[in-house]
Amino acid sequence: MPKYEPILLKNMLQPGYTGSLADYERAGGYQAIRKVLGKVSPADVTAVVIKSGLRGRGGAGFPTGVKWGFLPKDYQGPRYLCCNADESEPGTFKDRQLIERDPHQLLEGMLLACYAIGAASSYIYIRGEFVLGAKILEQAINDARAAGYVGKNIFGSNTSIDIWVHRGAGAYICGEETALLESLEGKRGLPRVKPPFPATHGLYNKPTVVNNVETLANLPHILNRGAEWFASIGSPPKSTGTRVFCVSGHVTRPGNYEVPMGITFRELIYEQAGGMRSDKKLKAFIPGGASAPFLTPDHLDVKLDFESVALAGSMLGSGGVTVMEEGTDMVWAALRLMEFFYHESCGKCSPCREGSSWLVQIMRRIVNKRGQMADLETLTDLCKNIAGRTVCAFGDAEVSPILSTLKHWRHEYVAMIHAAEAANLIRPEPVGTKH
Amino acid sequence: MLKDKYKNEIDDILARYPVKRSALLPLLYMAQREQGYITEAAMQEIAGILRLTPPQVYETATFYTMLNLKPVGKFHLQVCKSLMCALVGSDTVIGWIGAKLGIKPGETTPDKLFTLSVVECLAACGTGPMMQVNDDYYERLTEEKLDRILADLRQTGTCSLKTGPFMWPEPSGAKS
Repeated sequence: MPKYEPILLKNMLQPGYTGSLADYERAGGYQAIRKVLGKVSPADVTAVVIKSGLRGRGGAGFPTGVKWGFLPKDYQGPRYLCCNADESEPGTFKDRQLIERDPHQLLEGMLLACYAIGAASSYIYIRGEFVLGAKILEQAINDARAAGYVGKNIFGSNTSIDIWVHRGAGAYICGEETALLESLEGKRGLPRVKPPFPATHGLYNKPTVVNNVETLANLPHILNRGAEWFASIGSPPKSTGTRVFCVSGHVTRPGNYEVPMGITFRELIYEQAGGMRSDKKLKAFIPGGASAPFLTPDHLDVKLDFESVALAGSMLGSGGVTVMEEGTDMVWAALRLMEFFYHESCGKCSPCREGSSWLVQIMRRIVNKRGQMADLETLTDLCKNIAGRTVCAFGDAEVSPILSTLKHWRHEYVAMIHAAEAANLIRPEPVGTKH
Repeated sequence: MLKDKYKNEIDDILARYPVKRSALLPLLYMAQREQGYITEAAMQEIAGILRLTPPQVYETATFYTMLNLKPVGKFHLQVCKSLMCALVGSDTVIGWIGAKLGIKPGETTPDKLFTLSVVECLAACGTGPMMQVNDDYYERLTEEKLDRILADLRQTGTCSLKTGPFMWPEPSGAKS
């Protein structure tokens, strides 16, 4: 028996569970929407979600019900729900499992969200690489439509809700909610300047809510078992419920583990994921996807909730925990992540577009033992001029690997530069602006 | 012409969106499925269907890495090289493929069967090293597995080692 009661992964942990409509209903699926539809007002559904304390599972951790509440009450035109299934944050692979193993759990969550915000159309924006996930979702939607659960007058009520799958095409930035909307409109995925926020000017300039897969998948359980039940799990009052944490890197059993928020990293890494894969000790870990600053073994007893991780100088983000063992070259690790951000920068804002290119070139130079001491200052200076100076949060994210490794493992940078000086190979490669 | 061949499918896609331009990515995918990559002629036709200018189609098509504007091999091997996969050996996998097929990242074998690309995170970090071949994921790669995948692809066009509906660790808990 698992130590903690799984909620989102409960069905798929049952032997023989296929995620089909019949299986889902046998496990008590589509009861929450039946209970709510026409019997509980949309405002009351929102109130329950606010009371549960559910916060967005995509990275930012914004309270879900509060986000819904921002939609204009008196607006008569169409509203939209978009499910953010563009899971692209390095270190994160939970949505893929939630989609492929229990698609109806997500669909029921979407129906509940649509009902609460008054949306008749919703789109699942799924990353293009998840071809199998998109097929499974389309099959699930077709089955639900045939059963009368999706489409016109669902469950015989006068509410109509449609769900469509929309595949992305390989751009990390489309996980940013306004870039997702641009992409869904058939444009380049460039984030919009906010305000106005999607709640008033979203998809096709209409009021729109964008919620993550895991966030939506929680809704049927909250409506079934009540806000008090949900709020009692985890680390109340601010981090309620469970999280599906994705553990990767140098551990014995990498994978998805659903645990209540508030357990320590030590427990997640050493008990759930089986500890380090060899005799080598843990050297560093990333607590919440590539955008989250690196932490050290000193932070192992930090609790996995939004506030505690923020207090430790990082962020819980998407819940992707990557573990690195002794012997991992931290400058190399930061360069790998920097290369990711360089590749994925959408190019809209100059600090991020030019800065990411510049950072990669300096980092490569240091790793290739051609660096000099002045490079460290340039790195810090550049990072400070990127963070907070871009339209979206990408700018803050891309500097975190370098700034955090410089903070905790500056001596490794210095050693590389000393090696360069000793070899007398200091010939800085020209710094261009090729992108 | 896409319009003649796939009229129903196109109508079906258009019906999903209140604004035509939203159908752009789905139609570009359709063009890519048809010819393996997206030709200029296809982009012009799509512009006509969606009442866009060809540059509007082109600006979107050039933004997304999964849309090939140049021909690729029959099997597009895309190995993830982001940090999480790199920690567990993705560079070694790239080396194996290079040695076995004689191609570097970005290159295609002379028989036009395999193209090797090195890509960023594909959301399979717990099961790295991994690669995507066309629509399928292959995870927890070893040299032995890779040999079998390449041989099976050559012979049958697919391989049973591809990942099904994803769950890791597996529910039985048998694997450790």
